[in-house]
Amino acid sequence: MNGVEGFMYPNEVELVWSVLIVLYPYITGLVAGAFILASLERVFRVDAVKPTYRLALLTALSFLLVAPLPLQLHLGHPERSPEMYFTPHSTSAMAMFGYVYLWYLMAVLVFEIWLDYRREIVLRARRERGLLRLIYKIMTLGSDNISERSLHIDERVGWVVTLIGIPSAFLLHGYVGFIFGSIKANPWWSSPLMPVVFIFSAMVSGIACVMVIYMATSKLRGTTIDMRCVDTIAMYLFYTFIIDFSLEMLDLVHRIYEADESFRSLNFMVHTKLYFSHIVVQIGLGTLLPLVLLAITQVAKLSEMARKRTYALAGALTLIGIFAMRWNVVIGGQLFSKSFLGYTTYKVGMVTREGLPVAIALTLLPLLFLWVLVKLLPPWDDASAAHGATGD
Amino acid sequence: MSAFRDAGHLLRFAGLFVLAFIIFLVVRKVVVPKSFGEYGHYRGASIGEIAAHPAHFAGHQACDACHTDIADEKKGGKHAHVNCEACHGALGKHADDPASVTPAKLDTAVLCVRCHAASVAKPKNFPQVDAADHANGVPCETCHKPHNPALEAGGAK
Repeated sequence: MNGVEGFMYPNEVELVWSVLIVLYPYITGLVAGAFILASLERVFRVDAVKPTYRLALLTALSFLLVAPLPLQLHLGHPERSPEMYFTPHSTSAMAMFGYVYLWYLMAVLVFEIWLDYRREIVLRARRERGLLRLIYKIMTLGSDNISERSLHIDERVGWVVTLIGIPSAFLLHGYVGFIFGSIKANPWWSSPLMPVVFIFSAMVSGIACVMVIYMATSKLRGTTIDMRCVDTIAMYLFYTFIIDFSLEMLDLVHRIYEADESFRSLNFMVHTKLYFSHIVVQIGLGTLLPLVLLAITQVAKLSEMARKRTYALAGALTLIGIFAMRWNVVIGGQLFSKSFLGYTTYKVGMVTREGLPVAIALTLLPLLFLWVLVKLLPPWDDASAAHGATGD
Repeated sequence: MSAFRDAGHLLRFAGLFVLAFIIFLVVRKVVVPKSFGEYGHYRGASIGEIAAHPAHFAGHQACDACHTDIADEKKGGKHAHVNCEACHGALGKHADDPASVTPAKLDTAVLCVRCHAASVAKPKNFPQVDAADHANGVPCETCHKPHNPALEAGGAK
């Protein structure tokens, strides 16, 4: 059979979970990570990261809106795939999706963003004309009360929502890791460490994503990058990355030492079919190199320009590395036979519902959503200060 | 009272949440099939629908009733317990109307290696060959009888 080496059971030859299922944990990870970064300012009072607080929330929302689309495309049947939101069930981890997703979207992200932007929304609803005015009017939900006391209530409630949001972000991505970790038939996935590794890798990718987006948007807008902010984000990225890398290595060392009946087969796979994506891209380029780059910025006194370039490079490499990690988990887990005697091949489709162009489009779509959200609700300090001044 | 007024917008968001929840319940009511959960976490009516599917396989008793010579030939050989339709495919229509539905003759060069292609994962005592090396495209039935796969000359099976 084409692409099969050794012995595969018939149902193992074709991969069921494609590149779109790689994108799903990648995108939800970016959501959870971006939200955790936002919570640094709100709950943990890390003032230095304030310039990215709103941007992180909008980034989380943009990616969350796209997160279920790979699943729906994978399911096919547009007439009934939306049912996954409406028919959640507590007996299956996958069937829990509706609860987890809707809770995180409505009770955490949309609510927190609405509370944080309410003052600007009301001011813009008063100032704008035409369609924009109508959009902002709808967003006010019919209340234009922006008295000092009401804004103070918003601040307090927002704090509570962020506090609830942190375990919710852990739940969202821990849940995705749980889906893989709880599949006892697959030794590549079945590990209680999986949800924990997923959460920390989510934090790493989300923090890197917001850092890169903040630097890119500052460049595009021609504004100066707040170096105190980026330095602090890079420091948190470095620390989180160390924990994430330690956990992944713990998992690896544990597997090597335990060396159960699957080990020879998985070890062979990592040294052959997964060598490039796992050893070269994930561990080498996507983890060790950014860790070294970030470590240099922590110990050496680099110029501002050198730090910016190092952060941009480390952030981009981190995003590639975490994508490779998702790829190696999802695709890697389907390349070997449960008989441990054979391996199959995955070739990304082109003109198919789950092909490469669709995957690229779904990766770029959140950036389009972010562009729209940023136009509607500018997250920049200078913008809110300027509008606040004219509004008051 | 003023505290209530200043928190009024929160009630509006709560209202939005309640509205979304009501929409959730209504859509759920519409999309979940009526018989869902009747017996377990699946659609109860699916049992009847699956039972109503026409049978595609006739079963080896139906084959044996007409093809008595083949049934006798199979009886003593290593393929005695291989069902007819495992190789010939589903032939329910042929059993219903043998005159008008006749199955195509099988190409043994392709058919036999489905089971007998060499693989390290198969038990050592299971007959297996590297087809290209063993037969070089010559159909298996040239030397072996498919229904009783001893060699035609009466040699090793």
